[in-house]
Amino acid sequence: MTLTQEFTKGLWKEIPPFRLVLGICATLAVTTSAKNGIGMGVATTFVLVFSNLLISMLRKFIPRNVRIAAFIVIIASFVVLAELYMQAYAYPLYKALGIFVPLIVVNCIILGRAEAFASKNPVLPSLADGLGIGIGFTISLFVVGGIREIIGHGTLFSVPVMWSSFKPFGVMLKPPGAFLCLGLILALMNFISSRKKG
Amino acid sequence: MTDYLLLLVAAIFVNNIILAQYLGNCPFLGCSTRIDTAIGMAMAVVFVVVMACAATWIVEEYLLVPFDLEYLETIAFILVIAALVQFVEMFLQKSVPALYQALGIYLPLITTNCAVLGIAILAVQNKYDFVKTLVYSFAASVGYGIALIILTGIRERSATAPIPVHLRGTSIGLITVGLLALAFLGFAGLAG
Repeated sequence: MTLTQEFTKGLWKEIPPFRLVLGICATLAVTTSAKNGIGMGVATTFVLVFSNLLISMLRKFIPRNVRIAAFIVIIASFVVLAELYMQAYAYPLYKALGIFVPLIVVNCIILGRAEAFASKNPVLPSLADGLGIGIGFTISLFVVGGIREIIGHGTLFSVPVMWSSFKPFGVMLKPPGAFLCLGLILALMNFISSRKKG
Repeated sequence: MTDYLLLLVAAIFVNNIILAQYLGNCPFLGCSTRIDTAIGMAMAVVFVVVMACAATWIVEEYLLVPFDLEYLETIAFILVIAALVQFVEMFLQKSVPALYQALGIYLPLITTNCAVLGIAILAVQNKYDFVKTLVYSFAASVGYGIALIILTGIRERSATAPIPVHLRGTSIGLITVGLLALAFLGFAGLAG
């Protein structure tokens, strides 16, 4: 696949969490608002891109039977970097994302891409793959966060966007709303894909 | 005594680790199609979580806090969990083969399960002492197991139902979990 194809596959064909069913925990938990969703997406993209890069550079030197442990160490280091950076320069976002910032390290997307792609491909395609999937993930988080914020709060980026007598569906901001929302979006994506094919 | 009972009820029902705190989704959706898989997974989760939380509590208390290294919590915890699961798997394979047969395949899957790392971090964040950590981790993982088994029961039954074609698979699974989460919301306020 060409470099641009590696990049764009993360934006539709293999977009997490909709087509590539990974990273669901983070998607459900942080998408209580569009802003939090984008913040989480950026943090995850940072970790994904740099860990893909480093793992791809080291792929010939990591022994096969300790590779998962090695990947986890590399990924965890970048997560700690991201954590410390957010604590220093984006503290409100850090508080909003809570426990899910350290949980980026077990985000199946990052370990999944490391195992399936970065450990088997050269540096530039791995970089493109990481960037594409990271940006795709950020877009998905924005979409889910936006929908949940609009229906559950009546605002988007804290700007009221619904009619004034709109009573927000508080359940959208809670776990049931999250699961239902994601399930329905997945069904919609299935519908769009089948229309494209047939 | 009531302290621990409250902790148990709160962790299993009110703050259910998957239905209220979103932790542990990937295997939740993946292992919930057959009841024997679900039971195996649930037992493995309880097993790993309790041991992992005991280990990470000790690491936090005697290694990270005295040397002012809390910022390395993430990396230390995940390494402890990964190593622990590796050793447990090898130990089980040699000494308790029956248990290894029952739990074996799920153990590597659980290493990167956000539920394990999540519960470990939550126990430390809530500043529980050692016994409370054990009770909390046991309760949280039992809550996960209960939710998993209920979901599997529902999915097994509805496997033959006429589901619209675009909703099949993960989509209807997520919607089912959502309804289950809605039901568990009814426990809110139970433990004060």
